[in-house]
Amino acid sequence: MLVYLIRRIGQSLLVIAVMAFLVFLAVYAVGDPVAILANPEANQAELDAIAARLGLDRPIWEQFGIFVWNALQGDLGTSFVYSESALKVIIERLPATMELAFVALLLSILIGVPLGVIAGLKPDSLVGRSIMSTSILGFSLPNFWIGLMLILLFAVELRWLPASGRGETVEVLGVHLSMFTWNGLSHLLLPAITLALYKSSLVIRIAQAGTREVMLQDYVRFARAKGLSSRRIVFVHVLKNMLIPVVTVLGLELGSMIAFAVVTETVFSYPGMGKLLIDSINRLDRPIVVAYLMLTVFIFVIINLVVDLLYAAIDPRVRLSEAKG
Amino acid sequence: MSDLSPHASARPLAGPAAGMPVDASVPPAAPDKGESLLRRHVSSFFESWSAIIGLVVLVLSVMAALLAPWIAPQNPYDLASLSIMDNMLPPGEIFGMGQTAYLGTDDQGRDMLSAILYGLRVSLTVGASSVLIAAVIGASLGVLAAYAGGRVESFVMRVVDLQLSFPAILVALVLLAVFGRGVDKVVIALVVVQWAYYARTVRGSALVEKRREYIEAARCLALPRRRIVFRHLLPNCIPPLIVVATVQIANAIALESTLSFLGVGVPVTEPSLGMLIANGYGYLLSGNYWISTFPGVALVIVIVAINLVGDRLRDVLNPRLAK
Repeated sequence: MLVYLIRRIGQSLLVIAVMAFLVFLAVYAVGDPVAILANPEANQAELDAIAARLGLDRPIWEQFGIFVWNALQGDLGTSFVYSESALKVIIERLPATMELAFVALLLSILIGVPLGVIAGLKPDSLVGRSIMSTSILGFSLPNFWIGLMLILLFAVELRWLPASGRGETVEVLGVHLSMFTWNGLSHLLLPAITLALYKSSLVIRIAQAGTREVMLQDYVRFARAKGLSSRRIVFVHVLKNMLIPVVTVLGLELGSMIAFAVVTETVFSYPGMGKLLIDSINRLDRPIVVAYLMLTVFIFVIINLVVDLLYAAIDPRVRLSEAKG
Repeated sequence: MSDLSPHASARPLAGPAAGMPVDASVPPAAPDKGESLLRRHVSSFFESWSAIIGLVVLVLSVMAALLAPWIAPQNPYDLASLSIMDNMLPPGEIFGMGQTAYLGTDDQGRDMLSAILYGLRVSLTVGASSVLIAAVIGASLGVLAAYAGGRVESFVMRVVDLQLSFPAILVALVLLAVFGRGVDKVVIALVVVQWAYYARTVRGSALVEKRREYIEAARCLALPRRRIVFRHLLPNCIPPLIVVATVQIANAIALESTLSFLGVGVPVTEPSLGMLIANGYGYLLSGNYWISTFPGVALVIVIVAINLVGDRLRDVLNPRLAK
């Protein structure tokens, strides 16, 4: 296990290093930030001064070297726009995005599991089949358009919920969260539903397949033979066993939820990390883009590493085959 | 499973025919047997109503996109034919030379129906061409990896794993932020995020196929390696590839529209459906719903149709479900 652990961590570090190089190289090619920041009437000397202040006048390899050295010390550059540490600007917006992803995750379980179990208990009934066909819709519908349609329905036509922004926040354990105020919750609901839609379709599919499988198991048959009520069978025996794959997949999907939040946050003008990324791309604020990408790469590598290590801990074949190759 | 490759054992020995290019989508040569297989697949495809509806809708959409210049009431790119006086007309109003704007007009006085038909062209072109290129690249790498094994295989599959561990939307977003806007650039970005799916799918089936007798026979004939891989191995890995590619066209179209909505996709001069939706975004809050709604409906119809066809293809081509 130790050999596997070391190998796997080494691979993760390699991935981070390769991504750091690619990200830096790619972002270096995005436009000319000096032209954006400078006064349009600035002369060449002033432009040069700005470039020198931002370190953009040095050769690219030197910039990369400085970038790596600073990154190792937790400094991913200073935002051109905010004149603050890029990492700090992002971390400030992290709670908003995490809150959104968390509420969306919760919603997709609350929507997906019951519907999936119902569809799995009666796969050939009209209800079961309509749930499954609706879940195909959830996969197909473009996320951002659903968001727009929700705004149109609930914010413009019915005027029940606000169309954009984050709403009031309260400080909980030093973090600003909006889900504990009515106003904040009402701002959170539409983006969270939008973000949850795709995932709940996924959960419905897994829950349906899991339920069908569990229903055929001997222990369910035995529970029936014992005369247990069908409610007890479903809530205790079936639910417990079909939740395992659901939890596994959702854990893996948490990362993609953060990525998809980019779209949802843009639609709802929700001030999270994703909206910051889009704004920074448009404003050519390179350090923010680089810092965002490095943070995301880091989160993804960690998630993958944890999942792989868990698999290896559970299934010895994985680590044995890895140790050989 | 074996009924999926009836032409396989015959092909390597069919001397003169071997020089002919292999058309991947049609089971080649092997006369009656191959034909009946195709026919069986086709007839089983048409057993499902939802698949028929999906196919009909898809064919109609493609036709509408191809014929846009002839059937659209107006050329939305021709600035001379636009009149600012016609802007933001709700659906059903009269515009221009007394035509009816059945789906309303946008902020520049463009007829939405025409804009959607032209937008469909861009969306479908981007979707289909990116899938085609990605499938060719991915399938070649996948089949090579499976056949070569060893270091080549582990290198290719590591890159595939790496690629798939990052969400497509984020990778494409960054690539386009770097390249800038443009239809060709969107296609490149979509190819980059898609090829790994095909590589993995094809490698999976190639690993099974390469142990079969017809590959052994081809090896015994001392055929060049390239020919074994691309003429004998690859064509037999096509069925699962078709399923993945069909579903991926829908995903590519959705992804393109999302990128265009975020402002990093196609340029303003060639609006795709996603771009049209983005244009209407600013007017949504003032109640001018039609600019965003109708392109979205068109997008959803196309995507659902493709998914229905893909779902059925999966059932038809899945050897485990074959009777």
